[in-house]
Amino acid sequence: MKQVFDRPRTLLDARFHYCPGCHHGTIHRIIAETLDRMELRENTIGIAPVGCAVMLYDYMDIDILEAPHGRAPALATGIKRSLPDRVVFTYQGDGDLASIGMGEIVHAANRGENITVVFVNNTTYGMTGGQMAPTTLLGQKTTTSPFGRDFRTEGYPIRMAELLAGLEGVAYSTRVTVSSPAHIRKAKEAIRKGFEMQLKGMGFSIIEVLSTCPTNWGMKPLDAQKRVLGEMAEYFPLGVFKERKQADFA
Amino acid sequence: MTKDIIMAGFGGQGILMIGNLLALTAMEEGKNVTYLPSYGVEMRGGTANCTVIISDEEIGSPVVWRPGSLVIMNGPSLERFLPNLQPGGELVINSSLVDARKVDRTDVRLFQVAADEIARNKIGSRQMASMIALGAYVALSGVVGLETLIGCLPKVISKKYERFIPLNVNALKEGAALAGIHA
Amino acid sequence: MSAPAAGAAKRVLAKGNEAICHGAIAAGCRFYYGYPITPQNDIPEYMAAHMAEHGGAFLQAESEVATINMILGTSSTGNRVMTSSSGPGISLMQEGLSFMVGSQLPAVIVNISRSGPGLGGIAPSQGDYFQATKVAGHGDAHLICLAPHSVQEMYSLTMLAFDLADKYRNPAMILGDAIIGQMKEPYDPVPYVPAVPDKPWALTGARGRAARHIKSMFLKDGEIEVHNWKLRDKFRKIREEEVRFEPYMLDGAKIGIVAFGTAARVAKTSIQSARKEGIEVGMLRPITLFPFPEEQVRDMASGVQKVLVVEMNTGQMVEDVRRSTPHHERIHFFGKPCAVPTPDEILEQIRLLAGRKG
Repeated sequence: MKQVFDRPRTLLDARFHYCPGCHHGTIHRIIAETLDRMELRENTIGIAPVGCAVMLYDYMDIDILEAPHGRAPALATGIKRSLPDRVVFTYQGDGDLASIGMGEIVHAANRGENITVVFVNNTTYGMTGGQMAPTTLLGQKTTTSPFGRDFRTEGYPIRMAELLAGLEGVAYSTRVTVSSPAHIRKAKEAIRKGFEMQLKGMGFSIIEVLSTCPTNWGMKPLDAQKRVLGEMAEYFPLGVFKERKQADFA
Repeated sequence: MTKDIIMAGFGGQGILMIGNLLALTAMEEGKNVTYLPSYGVEMRGGTANCTVIISDEEIGSPVVWRPGSLVIMNGPSLERFLPNLQPGGELVINSSLVDARKVDRTDVRLFQVAADEIARNKIGSRQMASMIALGAYVALSGVVGLETLIGCLPKVISKKYERFIPLNVNALKEGAALAGIHA
Repeated sequence: MSAPAAGAAKRVLAKGNEAICHGAIAAGCRFYYGYPITPQNDIPEYMAAHMAEHGGAFLQAESEVATINMILGTSSTGNRVMTSSSGPGISLMQEGLSFMVGSQLPAVIVNISRSGPGLGGIAPSQGDYFQATKVAGHGDAHLICLAPHSVQEMYSLTMLAFDLADKYRNPAMILGDAIIGQMKEPYDPVPYVPAVPDKPWALTGARGRAARHIKSMFLKDGEIEVHNWKLRDKFRKIREEEVRFEPYMLDGAKIGIVAFGTAARVAKTSIQSARKEGIEVGMLRPITLFPFPEEQVRDMASGVQKVLVVEMNTGQMVEDVRRSTPHHERIHFFGKPCAVPTPDEILEQIRLLAGRKG
C-alpha cells in the first residue's frame, strides 16, 4: 500500500489552538510542506509575530524567534545580516504588519532585505478580540468600529501587496488565499517561489494570504470561506503584483 | 605641572587641528592630556574652540573655566575668553584679526603674532595662520618640545594633504622663531 | 583612526566615542545597527567605515525601534552586536530591551546621554540615570549598567560590557555623556581576550539538533512566575558578583563624595584643590550603576561625617545612596542638571560641608 498523505516533517504533532475554520493551520501546513520539499527545515529560522500565530514554535519544528509586535522584519534583518546563508521568514498578521509594524515592513522591503514574509490578512485583530485592523473592509463591523468602518473617520483598507510591489527592493509580491484546494496549491507555489527568491539572493518577497477569522467575524466557517473569495477578494484582488526576473536584478 | 589651554577662532581656521596636534605631542612625550572640542550647536555657529590640558598628574575635569593659557585667532573669541584667563596667564593673539587694544587686562602675558599676514606673505598660505600661533605658543610656554611637535604633524594630517606637511613645518618654526626659539 | 591591534603597548589618542568602537571591535563585536542622534554620531560613523573590514555588517536602521529589534535578531544568532543612541532614542528602545531581558539575549547598548526631558538639548547630562538603572522597559527587567569616566574606560568597559552581557545573557548599557564621548585622551589598548561562553541557545537552523525557540512569552500556568524568579536570581547574582567602583583619596576622609562619569571626573579636580586647603575629602565612584555599590557606599557613609552626592541632574543616584546607608542626615546633594559643574562649584560645596567660608 502506498502512503499518499502524512504530516510534514516540519510540522510538529500538536493540536492547533486555532478556532474552527481559521486558516492559520492550513497556512502553517503549507509552509511546513514547502520547507520539507525544499529540504530547508534544518537551515531555516522563522519569526513568530504578536497575534494568534505567536505560538508558531508549538507547531513548527524549526528554530524560531518571538518578535515584539510588528518588529518581525527588523528581527529578520538582524538574523539575515549575521547568518546570510540561512533561510529567514516572518509570519505576520494584518495588525502586526500593516499597522504597528508598517515602518519595519516598508523599510525591510525597500532595502531589498533578502527575507520571505508570509502576511496573513484576515481584516481583524484576532487575538485581542476582533478590533478594527488597517485591512478591515469599509462597512465591516468590528469591536472598535461598531457602526462599520467609515472612510471619513477611519480611512481605507490598505492593500499591502500592491503597496510593497511599488518598492524597488521587492523581488516578489503576490496575494493568494487558501479557501479551496486549487487556491491552496497556488498559495503553496507562491511560498515556494518566495523561498526560492531568497535562496537566489534576489531580495524581499511577500506572500499575502487572505484568510478567515470566523470567530471575530461572527460567521460559520463555510460562510467565512465565501467571504474571502467574495467581498475580500473583490477589494484585495488575488494575483502577482511584482515578480523580479533574474535578468532585471541589478 | 599642569597646563590648560583654550584655543579659539573661526570655524575653518584650523583650531581643532592645532588642538589635536598639541594633544598628540603631549601624549608622545609621555604626559597625561585631554582634548575637548566645542561641539553640536556651537559647531554650526561659525566659531570653533577646544580645550587642551597637559599634566604630569591625573587630569580631573576636562572642562576648563579659568584657563591658564589662551590662543586667540579672532576678535569674538577674545571677548568671550579673556575675562576668564587666570592672572599671569599666557595670551597669544592673532594680531592680524584681533585688535590688541581690546586686551583690557594688564595682569596677563600678551604675545602678538600677525599670524594671517605672516602666513600669507612668508609661508605662502593663509591657512597656516593657526600653525604659526601654535608654534609661538609652544615656544613661549615650553609645554611640549618643538621637535616632537613637528614630528607629530604627519599623524594629524591625512594622506590626502600630505604634500602640505612642509608648509606646516615652516609655519610652526616661524611661529616659534617669533617667540624667540629657533629650531 | 583605525582600531589598534590587540595587545599593542602604545597609548592611543582617541575620542571617547571612538574608544567605544575600538573596544567593541576588540571584543569581537561585528554587527552594529543604529539611527543618527547627537551627541553620539561618531559611533555609527566609525562603525559604518570599519565593520565591513572586520567581516561584519553595519546598517543604519529606519528608527531606534527597528534598531533594537535588529539587535535582538542578531543577538539571537549568538553574535556580538551593539548599538548606540542618546536619550530619546534609548526611550524608543525600551520595548525591545524588555523583550531582550525576557528572552535572555545579550547585547551592548551605548547611551551617550543628552539633556531631557523631551527633546531637551544636547548638553551633557546624567538625567538618564533612573532609566538606565531601574528599568529595561516594562516588566521586572534590568540592564547591567556601566559608567565610564575616562576614554580608557570607554574602551575597557565596553569590552567588559560584552563579556557581562554574554555571561548573564542580558543587555548591558554603557552610560556616558557628551563630554566623555567627545573628549580625546590617550588610552592603553590593554591585551584582552574576549570571554565568549558557549551559546547552546543560539538560533542557527536546527541542523542535526532539536529546534530552538527564543521567546519572552510564557502562558502556561505559573510559568511566567517561575521565569521572573529565575531572572531575579540572575540579577541577585549580578548584584553579588559584579559591583565595580573606584575609591579616590578616601583614606582619612571626613567628607565622602559619591559621583559617577563626568561629574566624578570634575569632582577629582575639586578634591585635589580641597586637599591642598587641608580639607579631608575623598570620593567613592561607582563604575557599575547596576549593580550599585551599596555595601561600599554604606561602609564609606558610616566612616565619614558627611556624604556629598554630585550629579548632572536634579537628584537621581542620591536615592540609591540613601537606600544604601541608614545615615540619611549625613547625605547632601549638589546637582547641576544639563550642565557640567565647575570644579569651583563642587569645591564650594566641599568647603561649606567642611565648615569653611569660601
